[in-house]
Amino acid sequence: MVGTGQVDFNYLVEKAGTLRKHIIKMIGEAGSGHPGGSLSAADILTVLYFQVMNIDPKDLQNPDRDRFVLSKGHGAPALYAALAEKGFFPVEELWNLRKINSPLQGHPDMRKVPGVEMSTGSLGQGLSAANGMALAARVMGKDYRVYVVLGDGETQEGQIWEAAMTAAHYRLDNLTAFLDYNGLQIDGLCSEVKSPLPLLEKWQAFGWEVMEIDGHDVKEIWEACQKALTVKGKPTMVICRTIKGRGVSFMENVADWHGKAPNREQLEKALSELEGGSGGYEPKNCHP
Amino acid sequence: MSQKIATRDAYGEILVELGKTNPRIVVLDADLSKSTKTANFKEVFPERFFNMGVAEADMMGTAAGLAAAGMIPFASTFAIFATGRAYDQLRNSIAYTALNVKIVATHAGITVGEDGGSHQSIEDIAIMRVMPNMTVIVPADGPETKKAVQAAVELEGPVYIRLGRSGVPVLFTEEEPFTLGKGKILREGKDISIIAVGIMVSKALEAAETLSQQGIEARVINLSTIKPLDEDIIIQAARETGGIVTAEEHSIIGGLGGAVSEVTAENCPVPVKRVGVRDTFGESGLPELLLEKYGLTPENIIKAAKEVLQK
Ligand SMILES: Cc1ncc(C[n+]2csc(CCOP(=O)(O)OP(=O)(O)O)c2C)c(N)n1
Ligand SMILES: [Mg+2]
Repeated sequence: MVGTGQVDFNYLVEKAGTLRKHIIKMIGEAGSGHPGGSLSAADILTVLYFQVMNIDPKDLQNPDRDRFVLSKGHGAPALYAALAEKGFFPVEELWNLRKINSPLQGHPDMRKVPGVEMSTGSLGQGLSAANGMALAARVMGKDYRVYVVLGDGETQEGQIWEAAMTAAHYRLDNLTAFLDYNGLQIDGLCSEVKSPLPLLEKWQAFGWEVMEIDGHDVKEIWEACQKALTVKGKPTMVICRTIKGRGVSFMENVADWHGKAPNREQLEKALSELEGGSGGYEPKNCHP
Repeated sequence: MSQKIATRDAYGEILVELGKTNPRIVVLDADLSKSTKTANFKEVFPERFFNMGVAEADMMGTAAGLAAAGMIPFASTFAIFATGRAYDQLRNSIAYTALNVKIVATHAGITVGEDGGSHQSIEDIAIMRVMPNMTVIVPADGPETKKAVQAAVELEGPVYIRLGRSGVPVLFTEEEPFTLGKGKILREGKDISIIAVGIMVSKALEAAETLSQQGIEARVINLSTIKPLDEDIIIQAARETGGIVTAEEHSIIGGLGGAVSEVTAENCPVPVKRVGVRDTFGESGLPELLLEKYGLTPENIIKAAKEVLQK
């Protein structure tokens, strides 16, 4: 295990900022896409891709590599930004998002993009796939880990709870899941659309090790990953309190920014805000 | 043909109209109510609207229960999730039971555009058509959508209505009659028949116009009810024009092209060419560019017509 002293958290914070700028620019260029959920998951992906996961863009098929599944596939821009920054493909490719003949589909396609381990987009299916990868590690005697990111609205899908049972039943302690708890889905507040709450107690009751953290604090995310390594005999769920649209003042905690591209002017404003780091305004607190 | 309306917009409007006079109508959605336009109904009748969240299978099962208890539930989401995610609920809780559920799915086909292949339903006509008891309608424009929804309410039993995301040219007036189970000849012709559904109907008319300028008179048929299928109009077209082109924003396997081929093969074998997505998934891109790349343009229909005529 790596000690806290060996982790450069400032580097991670900076990296997350870069990912956010890519996300906004990418969606702006595409003219469509999902900024809200991409921004809320940006810090989780940053910590995984730039500190935690054992992956190498030059060794794509290494059977020992860690696996990542973005179950909430509409967050693809965050994943693409991470993959490009990590060196899986050139950053310039990002500006072709959602365009015809581009490998960068609106939702991740494992047959088109190096580094994408599972095609997603139909919500609710990623946790099952992650379970499969974790079971494969056991069968093959590999010690890779599987990481998966779920949306809170996504957990309304029954398959998530089928998969939750599977992971606990098969004692998948090589699996770490993150729940992007931003409180919003398309039609509004998850709690008003059809409440998935309480989250913590549900996952505990399903037999998981559950932690709850600030999903924008890279140190807390990293610590949760470390702690998960010590959990034996059950999977780990990290409930990440996040803010949808995090980092762009006018997108924060606004359901309408779930699946809408910024226009030129909004793009400029968003980029200049992100340029200044998270300073300059108070991020909203949507988990009172 | 200048005005364009998305069929989903027409759906949102008629649902509210029907809700005013029919208190048995209830509406369910799966976290896409702004896109499917069921949000209109929610605004006016919040107590008869149920957002099921991202839970399509649960939504279809709940709709079955509402219908069993005497309501007329409309369940809406994108076509890919309505028919793919909830297939067994449709099959066993709604079709097998012949329950009075109306499944109105939007965002069908590749004109979903930028969301990509994971969201582009090119199999739903085939999936729904194969289910016993199911009525399947693919309206060609806004006014026909309203008529189809009305007809669905009048019919006791499960109905699937397939709608799109993008605006399509208005072809019919509000007065144009609609008969469930009947195709309609939109243009007369003796040389060949083009049978189309959905967004391809206006393209079939465009193709027929161009063909006419080249001396080929094509009959154009709107076969919006895919099931029960108007076999007579297909057999008549085969007999009288000797060849058929089908056009649909769907796989060439199992949908309109499949249905028409089955009827001609059994009753009046003539050459048939199917214009549609050729057994491949779609991808992200602007709808217009995708229609070109995947061969769903008037030019593709013209080419197919000429190939049929050469047989
Ligand atoms: C099976 C399925 N149903 C519906 C959708 C459409 N959809 C895309 S995102 C979304 C809301 C997801 O909310 P959440 O999981 O909370 O995502 P986030 O807030 O992180 O963006 C829905 C309903 C889908 N992609 N898949
Ligand atoms: Mg959410």
